[in-house]
Amino acid sequence: MNFFARLYYWSRKAWKAVALYLVIAGPGLVVMVADNDAGGITTYAATGAKYGYHLIWFLLLLIPVAYYVQEMTVRLGAVTKRGHAEAIFDGFGAFWGWFSLLDLMIVDWLTLVTEFVGMTAALAIFGMPPWATVIAVIVLMTVIVLNGRYWTFEKLALLFCALNLVYIPGAFLVHPSMKAVLHDGLIPNFAGGFNGQMFFFLMANIGTTIAPWMLFFQQSAVVDKGMQEKDIPWGRFDTLLGSVITVVVAIFIVIVTGTVLPGINIDSAAQASQQLMGTDRWVGTFLAIGLFDAGLLGAICISLASSWAFGEIFGWAHSLNTKIREAPWFYATYLLMLCTAGAIVLIPKAPLVLITLFVQVVAVTLLPAALVFLILLLNDEATMGDRRNTLVQNLIGGGIVVSIIVLSTLYGITVLFPGYFQ
Amino acid sequence: MNKMHALLMKIREINTRYRTPRIEMSSAVRGALLVLRLYLIGLVLLMVYGFVLIVTRG
Repeated sequence: MNFFARLYYWSRKAWKAVALYLVIAGPGLVVMVADNDAGGITTYAATGAKYGYHLIWFLLLLIPVAYYVQEMTVRLGAVTKRGHAEAIFDGFGAFWGWFSLLDLMIVDWLTLVTEFVGMTAALAIFGMPPWATVIAVIVLMTVIVLNGRYWTFEKLALLFCALNLVYIPGAFLVHPSMKAVLHDGLIPNFAGGFNGQMFFFLMANIGTTIAPWMLFFQQSAVVDKGMQEKDIPWGRFDTLLGSVITVVVAIFIVIVTGTVLPGINIDSAAQASQQLMGTDRWVGTFLAIGLFDAGLLGAICISLASSWAFGEIFGWAHSLNTKIREAPWFYATYLLMLCTAGAIVLIPKAPLVLITLFVQVVAVTLLPAALVFLILLLNDEATMGDRRNTLVQNLIGGGIVVSIIVLSTLYGITVLFPGYFQ
Repeated sequence: MNKMHALLMKIREINTRYRTPRIEMSSAVRGALLVLRLYLIGLVLLMVYGFVLIVTRG
């Protein structure tokens, strides 16, 4: 009897914890899974096809990297109740504020173009013309955001996050050798040499896991959701769960293309889907559906990150909880970003796949500047108090910044001197 | 024209509001931040150059 009473007590306690998490869950999970966007899926698919399972260990390293970076935005948002753009303007003044906002706008818009590239390519596999995809996506995204509540947007976004898991059954369908996955994937190595192409792929993989827009998005989402300091532990758990899921999904994509298309230079996830259709129709279909879903989720989050940032600085109403007449500029920025990015995809013969990969690399190159500001803000005792960064958190943050700068520099050297690392 | 004027006034107002940074930085830190920014922009330009090379070579 005592056993059953205790079991009942613990199950009630566990259920309460899950219920509480479901209320707090959102920003961390959405931002991390949204980071597996169309550009991300393309990068992982290309990585698996080019290097097989050999870079899985590197993806695993990105779990703590993504967690430590995004966790800082949770604390900053919950403590200051300010979005990231406003925090930078307030902390560092107008000069650095405009600099950061301009960075964000350029990278966000470029990334949004890559989302449309992915979505149009994914639906083209099922025979849908690009113009129809662009129009349908803009209408769908407008409806999602205009429904007038942050809560509804977030739950819809979580549904899209769940669809992102489609790659996991896809990987099992191609019957990978577990022995090869564990042997090649978990022992750190640089298959194919430590050269410019490797630097490019490493940077693109970092760029798909942490990006400047994610800092702005998660902090603003934490504020829009109304998270308090007492919610920080749950926000941390949400972010950790998101970091693990995003990398697990990435690894499964690498396993799919590493198993079926090893050693093949694929240009895009859509091309990978088409090739996989020849091998296994279901796997190809999963990849295409996942690509569209990833592009849609990424596009929603990136457009929102920009709209939130502009709203914070220009003092416009900037909450998903406001109606269109209450926050016209917030929604106008959102739509402007969508329409212009969608239009680029319709330009005939634009090198869309190359743009996709380069955008990831450019995003990660600009990331250290945003990270330095984030770390400085987290060390401001006057606003952060007990929630400021510890020495260990600063060392980890600093290590991430230095690693990205070194990797970007190495890639820069290979652009100038292509034969230097042969 | 009026909207453009209003936007410029708004930008001026933002610049005034955030004229003084709340976090104090020494000129060495400010200089380091500027150098880092310029270095990263230089790297991005290098990547754009690499991108153009790839596109023009077909």
